Amino acid sequence: MADRTSLAVRDLAVEFRSEQGVVRALDGVSFDLHAGRTLGVVGESGCGKSVTARSILRIVDRPGRITAGRMILDPGTPREVDLAQLDPESKEMRGVRGGRVGLIFQEPMTALSVHYTVGNQIMEAVLQHADISKAEAQNRAIELLREVGIPRPETRISAYPFELSGGLRQRVGIAMALAGDPEIVIADEPTTALDVTTQAQILSLLRRLQEEKNIALMLITHDMGVIAEMADEVAVMYLGRVVEFAPVEEVFSEPRHPYTRALLRAVPSILATPRQRLSTIGGAVPHPGARPSGCPFHPRCSEQLGALCTEQSPRPVPPGRSGAACFKVDQSEAVTA
Amino acid sequence: MVIYLLRRLGLALITCVFISIFTFVIIRLPPGDFVDAYIANLAASGSSVSAEQAEAMRREYGLDRPVVVQYGIWMGRVLKGDFGVSMVWRRPVTEVIGDRLWLTMAVSVSALFLTWMIALPIGIYSAMRQYSIGDYIFTTLGFIGLAIPNFLLALILMYLGFRYLGLNVGGLFSAEYAQAPWSLARVWDLTKHLPLPAAVLAMAGTAQLIRIMRANLLDELRKPYVVTARAKGLTEMRAVLKYPVRAALNPFASSLAYLFPYLVSGSIIVSLVLGLPTVGPLLLQALVAQDMFLAGAIVLLLGVMTVIGTLISDMLLMWIDPRIRLEGR
Ligand SMILES: Nc1ncnc2c1ncn2[C@@H]1O[C@H](COP(=O)(O)OP(=O)(O)OP(=O)(O)O)[C@@H](O)[C@H]1O
Ligand SMILES: [Mg+2]
Repeated sequence: MADRTSLAVRDLAVEFRSEQGVVRALDGVSFDLHAGRTLGVVGESGCGKSVTARSILRIVDRPGRITAGRMILDPGTPREVDLAQLDPESKEMRGVRGGRVGLIFQEPMTALSVHYTVGNQIMEAVLQHADISKAEAQNRAIELLREVGIPRPETRISAYPFELSGGLRQRVGIAMALAGDPEIVIADEPTTALDVTTQAQILSLLRRLQEEKNIALMLITHDMGVIAEMADEVAVMYLGRVVEFAPVEEVFSEPRHPYTRALLRAVPSILATPRQRLSTIGGAVPHPGARPSGCPFHPRCSEQLGALCTEQSPRPVPPGRSGAACFKVDQSEAVTA
Repeated sequence: MVIYLLRRLGLALITCVFISIFTFVIIRLPPGDFVDAYIANLAASGSSVSAEQAEAMRREYGLDRPVVVQYGIWMGRVLKGDFGVSMVWRRPVTEVIGDRLWLTMAVSVSALFLTWMIALPIGIYSAMRQYSIGDYIFTTLGFIGLAIPNFLLALILMYLGFRYLGLNVGGLFSAEYAQAPWSLARVWDLTKHLPLPAAVLAMAGTAQLIRIMRANLLDELRKPYVVTARAKGLTEMRAVLKYPVRAALNPFASSLAYLFPYLVSGSIIVSLVLGLPTVGPLLLQALVAQDMFLAGAIVLLLGVMTVIGTLISDMLLMWIDPRIRLEGR
């Protein structure tokens, strides 16, 4: 773990306040991103993956608000800054958005505007973060399109997004995220909307770019297969918390948290007997507005320990170390120690 | 793009033909033919027409021929700019309408312009600051604007202008320019008189367009491409103006087509109240007096102008939305 830490998120909490009450979308999330490494973030729908991504860029939809925590960009360097403290509309924060941190989206169709050409939209991102002429920006845009593997970039630059296939569009999205030469890239389910072959191409493109540019990648996904292929470390999220953190091999070989195990059981396997039923996790994700007492996973947990789990909240996973927020894990560790 | 334009142009022509048929039907709607009405009209004022004269007139206007031929003859005259004679005014229809058509255009276009100038920024503000105090104030004002009949507003403004500013705010010209030939000074006089009727006419449309713009923009603001724009580091203002506003303008441009006839027909009462020399009051008079050639001419001209308005809004749409522009590329 000698790689430079690019982003240190600590105890991040985000709330949505409305007339119906307060929804705690994030409840003390901590993790690190490292240059040249990929953090995979998994969890069921609604557990706060996208809110985490948007919090880092300070573009959480209203009425969402960061109520606690720190997000230190480039800790220990002269460029160190706590994103949680910046004014979201400030010049510095806008320099971070698309400049130091790039964002890749889930829906390549709707994430690009149909009203402007691909070139216009990429050049805009380039010009936002570099003091260069329009002609230079255009050359840079063509260069970016070439880098993400789009054939004939000189002509494609004047195409509109609806004239491109889904895979090409997602490549445009990636080019746009790279326009400001970011050290950190957050990809929020970048392949969910694509077919399997295209998925594989986009993933290998991401990996190639990461290696070339030594990017710290935060890869959000539902797909354990994508995690296995891409991630160096994995953060498993449940109801706005990181419930398990570990290097990718450990997550698959010895998952600690009952939730992680349940997620892994729900992955279809080619080793399964034909027509074998897929395992699902019992119950549904509770709404973050109605968080269960104690360990948030206890109502769905098959291994719960009674009063301990229903009444007390397990300790969060300390950042940078393997572990799980679970009393059972704590107990077994106490025995081995 | 060319195909799109050609198709629109074709549709516009077909619509114009239908409008002309409709107009022709209106002209022939009263019992008897035009010559009967003309004779009755003359008789009422004391003069008379001999049977031979009447026959000659019927032949001249082709009234003894089948309906389709009559339509053809009438259309031929219209295309040459001859709309027949107004019975009430006893003058050619073109002379009676005269400048009124252009003045109507001037009033309507200024009202439209004003509507956009006010409604666009307020609609954008209301959407970006949804549920803020400003949004509530504009919403309330908007509903008041929708609820007040605009002739009432015209009366109130006239009263206020007369009472407190000593202005005679009616009409489109000052007394000395009302009958004067066109000159730069007259145009300037017109320009000075335009804002009030334009504002009165713009009121209801503005209130409506604010609601439309606000709703459209609120829809667009939720779309992922707005997040993309923000994630590039654009300022909120720039991100919103460049992307969602552009998309929200789409239905705005289409509303141009229906706003125009709405302004003309909605302006009749206001024009009467404000004494505007536009075609609205003329149309009303013509209909009351069954002056069918005059009424027909006005209906036809307004119809054609609406079609032209629609064409313009189609071209605006094409400019706004590349998907239309690139159709078939
Ligand atoms: N605009 C909002 N208003 C209110 N609550 C919100 C809003 N956006 C997110 N939330 C809350 O935050 C929670 C987490 O949402 P988030 O979008 O981060 O989930 P996710 O993990 O990305 O899910 P998915 O896999 O479906 O993308 C949601 O369950 C929701 O309750
Ligand atoms: Mg999400």
